[in-house]
Amino acid sequence: MSTEAKKGALGFRADTPGERFFNGLIAENPTLVLMIGMCPTLAVTSSAINGLGMGLATTFVLALSNAVISALRKTIPGTVRIPSFIVVIASFVTLVELLMKAYVPALNQALGVYIPLIVVNCIIFGRAEAYASKHGIVPSFFDGIGMGLGFTCAITVIGLIREFVGAGTAFDVQILGEGTVVPGPVGAFLSGYQPISIFIQQAGAFFVLAFLIAIMNKIKANLASKGKDTSKFGQGCCSSSEEKAADKILEDKKAGKEAE
Amino acid sequence: MEVIMNLVGLMITASLVNNVVLSQFLGLCPFLGVSKKTDTALGMGGACIFVITLASLVCSIIYKFILAPLDLSYLRTIVFILVIAMLVQFVEMILKKYIVSLYQALGVYLPLITTNCAVLGVAINNVTDGYTILESTVTGFATAIGFTIAIVILAGLREKMEYNDIPIPFKGMPLVLLTSGLMAIAFTGFSALK
Repeated sequence: MSTEAKKGALGFRADTPGERFFNGLIAENPTLVLMIGMCPTLAVTSSAINGLGMGLATTFVLALSNAVISALRKTIPGTVRIPSFIVVIASFVTLVELLMKAYVPALNQALGVYIPLIVVNCIIFGRAEAYASKHGIVPSFFDGIGMGLGFTCAITVIGLIREFVGAGTAFDVQILGEGTVVPGPVGAFLSGYQPISIFIQQAGAFFVLAFLIAIMNKIKANLASKGKDTSKFGQGCCSSSEEKAADKILEDKKAGKEAE
Repeated sequence: MEVIMNLVGLMITASLVNNVVLSQFLGLCPFLGVSKKTDTALGMGGACIFVITLASLVCSIIYKFILAPLDLSYLRTIVFILVIAMLVQFVEMILKKYIVSLYQALGVYLPLITTNCAVLGVAINNVTDGYTILESTVTGFATAIGFTIAIVILAGLREKMEYNDIPIPFKGMPLVLLTSGLMAIAFTGFSALK
């Protein structure tokens, strides 16, 4: 959080609903700044609509599970914290799954297995552990909303970029390439565009995310050179904890060999 | 004969054509995180083969004999995630007690696998695709083989690239992602095998 106890993100008072909301949306955007929850970011961003649907489903789960976990934070003993969190989160994911199956079956079909996989999205678990289990119900709820909408905005934009370059459409409306909706000479000019279909395939997801992280690295380096606080910026991916664990395994092996 | 051919087909599809990381984006965290050195990558792959095969078997048995007859299939997400978390702990305890050599090789990777979305993803996909228990287990095994192939190739490439002159913003994760993207293009070549 911030260096001063009472001052939160962007000059708001810490732990008020508004501060939490903007903190998740901008200052600690889970995808672009913290860089957690990358699996769905790559998997469902082949179009802006998919990204939006996934983002809103995640927001729903995140806000409600944060509120419930915060309400139960004094009841749940520390030792069974993690299984309890998993059960709460999984219940809300099941709820979302059933709701989507009933009301937006096409989107449910398109997102497929990634809807139940919201359970293992590290944003949700990370917020439960880092924020909701230590703060009150209202700020936790808004923390979930802010984080969720930050995630939604980021993956919708990534989806839009991939869709626009890869198929020439934006939210399923043909802008570039053949059959464009833009009339007149501008339309005639735009219809000459050949979509780069690699961008909506799997490889495109990796490439777009690689450039995104490179840009964020550059921004981080610039901020650091101006002497600003960059401690919130992620290491590059949700895998940083795995990476640390792997480094530790290597070190242990080395130490073991030297001991022999 | 037909059964065996069917299983071989499933194995090729699950390991190469629909590669779990490069085409389905499941298990990305360990794929990107534990791929610095080939030997840790192999260890992670081995642990994944063990856990995913076992989890597919257990989850499909539970689905077939408990959830489906009681018409509770909508509870599969909750049940599967708890079963998997429990299974990983259980496997770790059993290995530590009885199969020490295997524990020394794979033990350190087991806690990392609980957070691996590939395990849950495979279990759920098996149910959605309506596979039998045998088919589920084979698919789980082949999926994990596909994961091992991908992570070992990536680790090999990363070892080679470690001392290259890379633009500073691209150092670390962006470069790994670009490499994975190129691997994903190469793996689309397998779609002709379908």
